[in-house]
Parts: sequence; C-alpha cells; structure tokens
Amino acid sequence: MRELTKLTIAEAGRRMAKGEFTAVELTRAHIAAMGAKKGLNAYITETPELALEQAKAADLRRQAGAVGALSGIPLGIKDLFCTKGVQTTAASRILEGFTPHYESTVSGKLLAAGAVTLGKLNLDEFAMGSSNMTSAYGAVENPWRSQADPGTALVPGGSSGGSAAAVAARIAMGATGTDTGGSIRQPAAFCGIVGIKPTYGRCSRWGIVAFASSLDQAGPMARTVEDCALMLNAMAGHDPKDSTSAPVAVPDFAAALTGDIRGLKVGIPAEYRPDGLSAEVAKVWQQGIAWLKDAGATPVEISLPHTKDALPTYYIVAPAEASSNLARYDGVRFGLRVPGTSLDDMYRKTRAAGFGKEVRRRILIGTYVLSAGYYDAYYAKAQKVRRLIADDFATAFETVDVILTPTAPTPAFAIGANTDDPVTMWLNDVFTIPTSLAGLPGLSLPAGLSADGLPLGLQLIGRPFDEETVFRVAGVMERAAGFAALPEGV
Amino acid sequence: MAYLIAGETGDWEVVIGLEVHAQVISKAKLFSGAATDFGAEPNDQVSFVDAGFPGMLPVINRVCVEQAVKTGLGLQAAINPTSVFARKNYFYADLPQGYQISQYELPIIGNGVLLIDMNDGTTRPIGIERLHLEQDAGKSMHDQHPTKSFIDLNRSGVALMEIVSKPDLRSPEEAGAYLTKLRSILRYLGTCDGNMQEGSMRCDANVSVRPPGSTELRTRCEIKNVNSIRFVQQAIEYEARRHIEVYESGGTIAQETRLFDSGKGITRSMRSKEHAHDYRYFPDPDLLPLVLDPAMVERIRLTLPELPDEKKERFMRDYALNAYDAGVLVAEQSSASFFETVAKGRDAKAAANLVMGDFFAALNASGKTIDDPPVSAANLGKLLDLTADGTLSGRLAKDVFALMVETGKAPDVLVEERGLKQVTDTGAIEAAIDAVMAANPDKVAEVRSGKDKLLGWFVGQVMKQTQGKANPGVVNDLLAKKMQG
Repeated sequence: MRELTKLTIAEAGRRMAKGEFTAVELTRAHIAAMGAKKGLNAYITETPELALEQAKAADLRRQAGAVGALSGIPLGIKDLFCTKGVQTTAASRILEGFTPHYESTVSGKLLAAGAVTLGKLNLDEFAMGSSNMTSAYGAVENPWRSQADPGTALVPGGSSGGSAAAVAARIAMGATGTDTGGSIRQPAAFCGIVGIKPTYGRCSRWGIVAFASSLDQAGPMARTVEDCALMLNAMAGHDPKDSTSAPVAVPDFAAALTGDIRGLKVGIPAEYRPDGLSAEVAKVWQQGIAWLKDAGATPVEISLPHTKDALPTYYIVAPAEASSNLARYDGVRFGLRVPGTSLDDMYRKTRAAGFGKEVRRRILIGTYVLSAGYYDAYYAKAQKVRRLIADDFATAFETVDVILTPTAPTPAFAIGANTDDPVTMWLNDVFTIPTSLAGLPGLSLPAGLSADGLPLGLQLIGRPFDEETVFRVAGVMERAAGFAALPEGV
Repeated sequence: MAYLIAGETGDWEVVIGLEVHAQVISKAKLFSGAATDFGAEPNDQVSFVDAGFPGMLPVINRVCVEQAVKTGLGLQAAINPTSVFARKNYFYADLPQGYQISQYELPIIGNGVLLIDMNDGTTRPIGIERLHLEQDAGKSMHDQHPTKSFIDLNRSGVALMEIVSKPDLRSPEEAGAYLTKLRSILRYLGTCDGNMQEGSMRCDANVSVRPPGSTELRTRCEIKNVNSIRFVQQAIEYEARRHIEVYESGGTIAQETRLFDSGKGITRSMRSKEHAHDYRYFPDPDLLPLVLDPAMVERIRLTLPELPDEKKERFMRDYALNAYDAGVLVAEQSSASFFETVAKGRDAKAAANLVMGDFFAALNASGKTIDDPPVSAANLGKLLDLTADGTLSGRLAKDVFALMVETGKAPDVLVEERGLKQVTDTGAIEAAIDAVMAANPDKVAEVRSGKDKLLGWFVGQVMKQTQGKANPGVVNDLLAKKMQG
C-alpha cells in the first residue's frame, strides 16, 4: 500500500483506469501515510472521512464510465482556500471557528475534476512569510534534513510550506498553493518538488482568503512537471465572480510537454547574480543553462535593470493591499471576538489577539504607506516602479522565449533561523518577487542537491499566459536533471 | 436682490455646496446580486460579498453603471470613458469589509450643470463638480438592546451616486431649489426615487460665509446627512449665522463635520479636522478600471426622456404658459403628462388653471397621488369642453368638479343625471327676467334712473330663479335690453 503514495498523479490515473487499484485504496494509503507523518505538522485540518467518501464516489463514477481528469487523486488544499463545510483558518487565530458556506472556485474545479481532498494544509499566517514559521498552528517541518546536521529540523519554505512538505513527504499527490511573492516557488524549491505560479488572472481568486489582491495567484504543487500541468488544466479558467480573472482560453498544458525546445531562446538575467548568492546555487544555475543548450536552446544574456527595486516595491504594494484586505477581520461577524468596553476596544483586543507578529507588522507598514502625506512617496511611487519592472520583462521577452533563474538564494534553513531581522527573511523571495510584480508565470523545479544533500530549485519565467512554453522547457530540464533523491523516511 | 445676512459689522454672503447621496434604482446591489428592496426584514438581503466574508470579491453591476451614465447625461455632464474604483478605508461595525468601495481620483461623471428655478420665475445655472458611484454601508441600531448594538446589512453594498455641486449656491432658498430640481431630474430619469424620508436621497451641506463681493472661499463646515429639504435650509441658515457670529467676535472657524439637530434647529460638532478619518484611498485591486463602451453611452443618450427644462420651455412655447406655471407643472413627470392630457386640443391656459387650482387642491385634500388621481385627466378635459361649449357656466363647472371628486363620475354623466345643464334658451331666461322685474318695480325704476349698480342684483336674482343654470352672458344681455326697453 505504501508504494501507492509514491506514484505520480499521471501514473496513478493511468493505473486506476486500468483497474489496478481503486481510488479508495489510493486514498487509504495516503491517510495511513498522513498518520505516520503527523510530526511534520503539514496539515491543519485532516478530513479522512470526507476523502474516503469522495474516493468512493470517484470509484462509482469510474464504474459508470464518467471520469474527470483527476478522478480519485488525493490532494491537499492550502488552508487559504475556503472549503464548504470544512474549517478554513488561513493559519490565523482570528479565523478561529470559521467554516465557510462556500467552496473557492479553484478547489471547486478540482473537486469537479474528481479529486479527493485529504485536508487543509498549513501555511504562513495569511500567507505572509517564507518559512511557514508564522502559522498560528505551529511551524511545518521540511521532510528533508541536511546531511551535515541531520538533527535539526528545517523549514519547508513559505507561505505554501504545508503544501510543499506534504507533497514531498508523499502525504498528498499534489496540493494547491498560492503565490503572492514566491509562496509556491520558494517552498517547492526548498522541498524538492515542482510548483508553478500561473499568470495573474489565470486562476480565479474567488474564495481564496486575500493577502494582496493584485499579486495573489493560485497554482499547483506536485512532484512532476506533468502533474502540475494536469492540475493546472483543472484549476485554471475565467471566472465571472473574479473581475481580475482573465477571459482567455485554457490550453491543454500537459500537451505542451513535447520535449522539443530546439531553437528556443532562454534569457539569463545578469541581475540575478547578487553578491550573496551561494556558490551551490550559482553552480546549479550554470548546470541548468548547460542542459538547455544540450537540448538545442540558446542561452541569451539579458538585463532586467529594475530587479534591485523589486523587493522594496513589493514590501509597499503587498502590505498596502493587505492592510485593507485584512480590515474585515474585526470580530463583528465571524471568527475570533475578544469583548471590549467599546467598539474600538473590541477591535483593538480582537485584532491584537487574533493576528500574529508578522501580520501585524505588515498591516502597520501598509497602513503607513497609504496614509495621507505618505501615499505619493510610497504607494504611488511603488506603482510606477512596478510598471518599470514589468517593462523590463516585456523588453526581455522581445528577444527571448523564457527566462531561467535560481528560485531562491539558499537551500532550506533551520526552523528558528532568520527571525531576528525581518528583512533577512524577506530576501528569500528576491528572485521570485519581480515575476509576481509583473504578473508573469513562474515555475520552480528541483535541479539538484546542495553539498549537504538539500534540494535546490531553478525558476523558469514565461510571457503572460504562455505557461505552455514554461511547461515545455521545464519538462526538458526535468528529464535532464533526473532528480531522483528522496527526503527522509520516504 | 442677493440674499445677504446682516451682521453687526455689515452684510455677509453665504457660500454653499451640496453633496447628495442618491440611491440608484436597481434590482441588485452595486457589487453583488443581493436585492435592494426597502423595508425587508433585517439582514434578509445580504450576500457573502455584502457581509465581507473571506475570499469574496466584488463584481460591478452594469445596470448601476448605466444609471450613473444616464444621470450624467441628464446633468449635461462629462461622461468619463475610464474611471477607477477606490477603497475608502475606515473601521465601523456596519462597514463589513472595513472599507467602502467608492471612486476617488477618477469618477465616472465629471463637470455638469443644473438649472435651478427660483420662485420669481428666473433660473440660475449651478455647477456640478462630479458624480461618482459608491457602496452604501449597513445600518447600526443602538436602541434595540441595553448594552449591544444591532447591525442590519440590507443596505450594505447598495449603489449610491454621490452628486457634488460646485460652491455656487448663495442662499437657503437656492439650496432648496437645487435639491428640488435635482430630485425632479433623477425622477424623470428613473435613476433615483428621490425619497428623502426613506433615505434614498440624503444631503450633506458645505457652508461658509464671506463679505459680499469677495471671491475667497473661507473655511467651510460640512453638515452631514440632513434628511429633508426644509432641514437643509434651516441647517444652512443656522450654520451661516454661527459663522458670522464667530467672525464678528474675532474668532476663527475650524473645518469640521457637524450634525443638524432638527428638534432644536441647530448644528453641533461631530468631529474636528484633527479627528477626521484618514481614509487611505487607493485603487481597489479587486476591480479593473471601469471602461465605458461609447456605443452604450450613445444608446442611453437616445433613451433619455424629455427633461424638466426642455419640457418647461415647450410648455411656455406651445401652451403660452408663464415660467412659474410651466415650472410647477413640469416638476413631476406625471403632473406634466396629466396636464398635457387635459390641455390637448383645448384652451391651455384654462387647462393650467384648472389643474393647478381646483385639481391640485383636491389632490392634496384627498391624500392621493397624481398616478391615482381623484379625478381622471380625461374627465377634467371633458369638464373643460362642457365649459367651452357653454353647457356649463363657471359656477356650475365648480359644482360639477366637486361632484366629480365626490362620485368619481364623468362630468357629462353628472350634468345629465342632475340636470345641471346651463340654460341658454332665451325664452326661459326672458321669462325669469320678466318675473323678477315684475316683482320689483321700484328697483326697476331705480335702474332706469341711472343706478346701474343694481343690475348686478338683478342678475343674481335671475340666476337664483334658474338655479344657477342660466348662461350669465345671455342673462346680462337680455336684462340690459329689457331695462332699456
């Protein structure tokens, strides 16, 4: 049974189609594995009964001949997606006791495709963090351990840390993530899996607890490029309930994996080689360039001159939107309420008790940059710089088809590290944030191991709504990398 | 004739700008599908979007956009092809999202103009600064429980048009005329029902004063949420006098928001500028800029009804009415169309007099509306016809009108039933005259000796004899002849 959890989504689908095993068997295998891996703290809420019900229904549908693309595939859902009848926390105390009466569009589409949902995955509180340490439900452990220091638990990255850890530890075949500044790609890199943040507008944001509306985007996290493509096929599509979701057709992403990238031009941005870049990361990047060359693509040196401005821009735009998006958590209608002597006192006490330190920090920054007298200097300026960053990419894409960069400057670090200075933590996303600001698709795939045996990821960035090219190149790199290492205990 | 307030140091001019919140007539809310009916049970018309639940997103209601465009066209205003929704952030228990979606830097409608009609028949143009779309908040109820406040979110998310005038108004009377005219236009357009009692039209007044002839704009105070035209006028007058008193005693006016206490007829401070909210406006990232299709704007332009100003002009031209009468008749679309039904093919002046006189009096007394009038326009027209063809005298017509109100019957039916037909048969009238003259030989002699005044007495007697049915013109003629002869 244990072997079933090691299958890819594509393979499991094929074998269930042949009748080799049932969705119920596959789901039971995952539920058993979840029990054995509780120590990772990947799930906030496990829903084994619901999963088995869904699996039974999937098996019945299969018998009747009606099979969705993800029929019977056990997935985990990041606990930022509202799920009908299942507690949704955003890893925050302020949503204590909140059970939505509605299903987010993206998780609803996965269910419609026949998926089985194992539970709700841990994350940084309100998706604010790069380590999963800000969760009110405790840190998540990365299933990987450093060979140099196997006794120390490492972070899975964040904010989709529970998603990445669960997929890497084989306690979900795939998971939903959300990415605002790197929240899918950085944890995918830290945990040795594949994750893609699609173009902004590709997936509906309806029913996803908002962090920064102009940046938030849902995406799949899985163990292969093909699995991500299969999941994204189900997740993507225009949604009239989200005004920012794009009315563009969804191609068959899996069909884009032709294995042929001959003649493609791959941009290598000079600005992604900062002083602090680890030699190991630089090395794996060079290796990635070499693989692409071998497959017939042409590396092209490009410049993205405003890269250095991306981090400060992001830390104005994202907190500004967050400060407003999180105003609704006021203790009046749902979630936590701490009584007070007046309305304002109730607000103060509820929000002080309900929000963790990182969330409070970002609300304060966001409130500050939008304040009268500071708006032009911060928010308005940041919007202009954001435009320049997007223009950098647009110019680059006049000559190249895809851009290759490292996903994160370092491999996974120890739980508890990088907590003294928030800026050190924020630097984790230095390579992923520019893509987010430009709204472009970005995929991270495992490309090798550090000297200590930790996964290192590379990022592929594509043109708007050209996830197909990203997938195509990723497929070639995946084969070249032949990443077969497994984390502890898998 | 300018309105000035006399202070101790001299006269003062009042400068007024009005911000009107007009609830858009639409079945659904501005950003959700929830219903908007007035008077539903509390929290019966609330979607998860209106209640600010996690993950909920706004989607613009196209009908509300079209209503705003229609209103903009009715105010001869600039229609901005691109406008932007912004979040106005503040915390309050009846504001579920913690922000109101409004428009800030780029409103849907720009500069326009509204012509106010003064009582002396003159008009004056008042500038419209802008019109923008925004969501209403819910309602807090503080009197339902000893220690708790209750919240009703039915209104939360309902579409409002905030219509901002330029500081062009100079008297409470002008402010009243502005609101009356704006309400009239909104009702003509069908974009707001203008009901101030139900709160579907609310007004904030910005008031300052200055010496006459000055062009400076002094510090203004904003009086919030006044719910009748009369109260707006009272609040302005009180506030202007307060400013004058402060200035004349050497003080300064601080910019602040004030509330009108209609019971006491005074305004009092609500919050000062130092305590004003910092709303932290920024473009709502959940919504794309609102881009209007020029074809849609043109289509709406073609559906615009004849508006009060055009109608008034036409009434003055086609029916030879004076400005005041025309103004009164066009104030409501339904009274204008009622008048036109009565006047069609008839003496317009007589029709105007009848509608604005006896009919409006009866309408007020009956407590009915012009859409369900005590006397139909068709029957009023028939009444005019009966007067014109001499069937009824003016006096009889009044009696018949009263009967029409009482019975709801048509005038020709009443004339027939009650034998109220005016007598023009000279024989019958002559007989009556002869009888009266025969009974009063002394008075006949007096008339014949030159006391013409007594003729009126004879007319009255003859009318009495004929139960008022005699044609007064015929009576006069015959009487004069007989007296001579």
